[in-house]
Amino acid sequence: MSDTALADQAPGTSPKVSTIHEAVIRIAGNSQDGIQAIGGFLARLAGRSEQEVMTFMTIPSTISGGPSIFQVRIGSGEVLSAGDEADVLLCFYDHSYENHISSLKRGGIVLYDSDHVKPNEELLGSYHHVGVPISSLVVEAIGGTGRDKGKNVYSLGLIARMFSLNVSKLEKLIQERFAGKDPTVAETALACFRGGYGHEVQGLYQTFNFQPGENVGQQQVVMSGNEALAFGIIAAGVRFGAGYPITPWSDIMELLRRELPKYGGTFVQTEDEIAAMSMAIGGSYAGRVAVTGSSGPGISLKTEALGWAVMAEMPVVVIDVQRGGPSTGMPTNVEQSDLNIACFGGHGDSPRVVIAPCSVEDCFYTAIEAVNIARKYSTPVIILSDQGIGTRIEAFPYPDLENVCQDIGPDFTPVADHKPYDLETTDGITRHIAPGTYVASGKYPVVTGLEHDELGHPTGSGKLHTQMNSKRRNKLRKLAEELPVPKVFGASEGHVLLVSWGSAKGPIEEAVKQARQHGEAISGLHLKHLNPLPNGLEKIFEAFTHVVVVELNDEGLYGHGQLCSILRSRYCDPRIRSVTKTDGLTWKVKEILDRTLRLTTKK
Amino acid sequence: MSTLTLPRTTAGGTAELPAERAPLTKKQTAADHPTWCPGCGDFSVLALYYKLIEKRKLDHEKICTVAGIGCSSRFPYFVQAHGAHFIHGRALAFASGVSLSRPDLHVFVFGGDGDAFSIGGNHFNHTARKNVKLTYIVMDNFVYGLTKKQTSPTSPIGFKSKTDVWGSQDRPINPMKQAIAAGATFVARSTATNIPHLLKMMEAAMDHDGFSYIECLSECIEFYPGAFDAANPRKGGAFPEIPADHDVTDEYAAYKLADQTWPGAFGLFYQVQRPTKNANEAKIIADHRAKVEGQADWQILKKNFDRMK
Ligand SMILES: Cc1ncc(C[n+]2csc(CCOP(=O)(O)OP(=O)(O)O)c2C)c(N)n1
Ligand code: SF4
Ligand SMILES: [Mg+2]
Repeated sequence: MSDTALADQAPGTSPKVSTIHEAVIRIAGNSQDGIQAIGGFLARLAGRSEQEVMTFMTIPSTISGGPSIFQVRIGSGEVLSAGDEADVLLCFYDHSYENHISSLKRGGIVLYDSDHVKPNEELLGSYHHVGVPISSLVVEAIGGTGRDKGKNVYSLGLIARMFSLNVSKLEKLIQERFAGKDPTVAETALACFRGGYGHEVQGLYQTFNFQPGENVGQQQVVMSGNEALAFGIIAAGVRFGAGYPITPWSDIMELLRRELPKYGGTFVQTEDEIAAMSMAIGGSYAGRVAVTGSSGPGISLKTEALGWAVMAEMPVVVIDVQRGGPSTGMPTNVEQSDLNIACFGGHGDSPRVVIAPCSVEDCFYTAIEAVNIARKYSTPVIILSDQGIGTRIEAFPYPDLENVCQDIGPDFTPVADHKPYDLETTDGITRHIAPGTYVASGKYPVVTGLEHDELGHPTGSGKLHTQMNSKRRNKLRKLAEELPVPKVFGASEGHVLLVSWGSAKGPIEEAVKQARQHGEAISGLHLKHLNPLPNGLEKIFEAFTHVVVVELNDEGLYGHGQLCSILRSRYCDPRIRSVTKTDGLTWKVKEILDRTLRLTTKK
Repeated sequence: MSTLTLPRTTAGGTAELPAERAPLTKKQTAADHPTWCPGCGDFSVLALYYKLIEKRKLDHEKICTVAGIGCSSRFPYFVQAHGAHFIHGRALAFASGVSLSRPDLHVFVFGGDGDAFSIGGNHFNHTARKNVKLTYIVMDNFVYGLTKKQTSPTSPIGFKSKTDVWGSQDRPINPMKQAIAAGATFVARSTATNIPHLLKMMEAAMDHDGFSYIECLSECIEFYPGAFDAANPRKGGAFPEIPADHDVTDEYAAYKLADQTWPGAFGLFYQVQRPTKNANEAKIIADHRAKVEGQADWQILKKNFDRMK
């Protein structure tokens, strides 16, 4: 929304209607108020209206609930981040008002429940305050019983009116949401919604109209990153998995547990993450790449068995939805501090593949890519998602499911002879045969964590250990050769190159856009493949005076974030530095730009 | 549907499955020469595994031999069958992954007492409780063999090991009670020295539809010689078999048997039929598949995606 959109207007006249390109709406209250539901409706509506949408939410880490927000950014054009500042703040309580008024853009609208919130007199000049006695109006609309439940849908009605949203589409969404429940539930929700929509808001100077979306004619789906990742795993053909619950990974395992049986598959809840990792590897060994995953401490538990998969060259996919660490850390906050454990966790030299999705849509396709790399290179692959992408909702083009879905079932055709760890093959890649496969020579393979000869039998030979170490490493060098070299976002030379991985991509691109508008020679580079890195990055780095890695982790003992440290050791280039933070929140564009300028401007 | 087709195998190309197949001989089933100390009890367990394969006409490719880490866990290298030598204590979790995805295989897991009851204790409990269909044979020598004589969770009080030079003091676990309490549906006890008895137990275990557990006393000649002489009539001991009138479905009776004084009772302590995890999952799958009959995977997925439009 432009800064001038909220220009003052004399009270008493009917609200002015402005056409806007995008808006950031923050809803603040308690998680029990169903705040997530309003956000979800808005996101879904945007998806159906050919608009782009991105959300951001905070969830209290305690079960009893507590303060919570849901921010949704809807745009007719590209939406790259959840937005630094809100255009509209809806708040239910004093604490919501006090804690979030500063996230509102100056001149923005704060819509508050006047039954609960007492606005701060000093702020009346800075923001447009619009009070609505939401709590009592809900009682009026649906009676006293469902009062707390109805507040969210009532507010959705208010917002729908304010932004001239498509009412019939919203009503349909509400009906769909409560389908299958007692019909009175949907009726009450609709009554509430209509109550809010029909309410003449006093003192609102302005209403808005979105420009039509640019994704015209494109069907979109709206889901969270965790959902997209889980469905991607299904599309990739995975039919067996195992896991142990932990936030924010649990959503994925719950979905797989629920959905896999429809495809003839199974997901097992195990006694711990060690068992989960081991069982998934067992499933892979049985013939079809399997999946496990976790967050935080659960990832630590998986590392020994993961090392076995590296040694035995067993394909398997491990999902890590990163949260704040170490230890129990910050379970419901975003962080990118598992890069080191993903790339190097475990003892010995144990090369494995690490890839990170950058958006909800990317979660879906990354899952498929991970399965295919695991199969093609017979290697464990770690997908590094994070709490931010995992829980946020985005709309993306409806995938071509018929072409995307794959069958990766095992091939039991008998073989003449088999050497799982053949050192003579041209591509240097292990091909396992699943149990059930007849071997005419009568020599059957053993897969093992001991160093082994070509048949998988143990060896104490230093020569073989050296050869096998090279084999395990070289196949990933081969993968590196095949990886696409990432494209620079913005000009391919300039003053600063901002390097992102994972969820930082959107904010970085927005930062680059803003900076270039202000004449700064800043570009962006996003790395999806983190281990191995694609070849040729040094050429890209050469064209910039500064290379700044923007990542959500600590600068560590030596002053560099985790990816930054890897890039420095890979390229021996002291110009590679980082901007890091661990406040548990995603990047704001302003933060990135301020800190980058501070770092790269000579004092 | 786009599917990456992988090269089949790295050596020799494909082959034909022979139409007629004779039962495998010991020569065909034996692989690497065992690395065990001469006189180790584990040799007879291995010999009986070959015998079982021959007697029950199992084909190489239909057997999967899984183990953790320990002397006893070296097992898979010595057998010509698909095998996995996994990590210490986690063989059951790995084997469950195989069993649950492959109903067509016989999954046999071998291991030691440390592997089963110390580092792998929790997996033992949960695999038993879930009744995953597989056969688990623990070669219990009351000591850590591979790491050279440390106290094991089954070492008796007073056993002098390198980690308890004055004699172990911690109460040993009772594997039989542990297995019964955890929910194993087949619990038997035998020794490596009583060949016919152990073979009988192995056959019964293999035929059991569920998690079948055999506690097999198997002497570590190197670090705990003579440990099981009391259970070996040839060494002046006795082999007290469970009385014929023992009701194997009676959990309390089984528990009582497990409490007998050393060398305890031998035979089938407990056996009940309870749906396996494999069967339960298969039922869940069948119920779900019935609802999507005739649909391709992508069409099933599309239903979900359509709801998220
Ligand atoms: C995680 C881990 N910890 C420790 C070891 C070392 N280790 C190998 S075997 C073993 C114990 C073996 O005892 P048991 O399971 O009774 O087998 P046995 O050798 O007696 O047959 C130990 C402690 C290991 N391999 N892995
Ligand atoms: S150390 Fe003991 S258990 Fe290990 S092989 Fe020798 S005798 Fe057998
Ligand atoms: Mg032992």
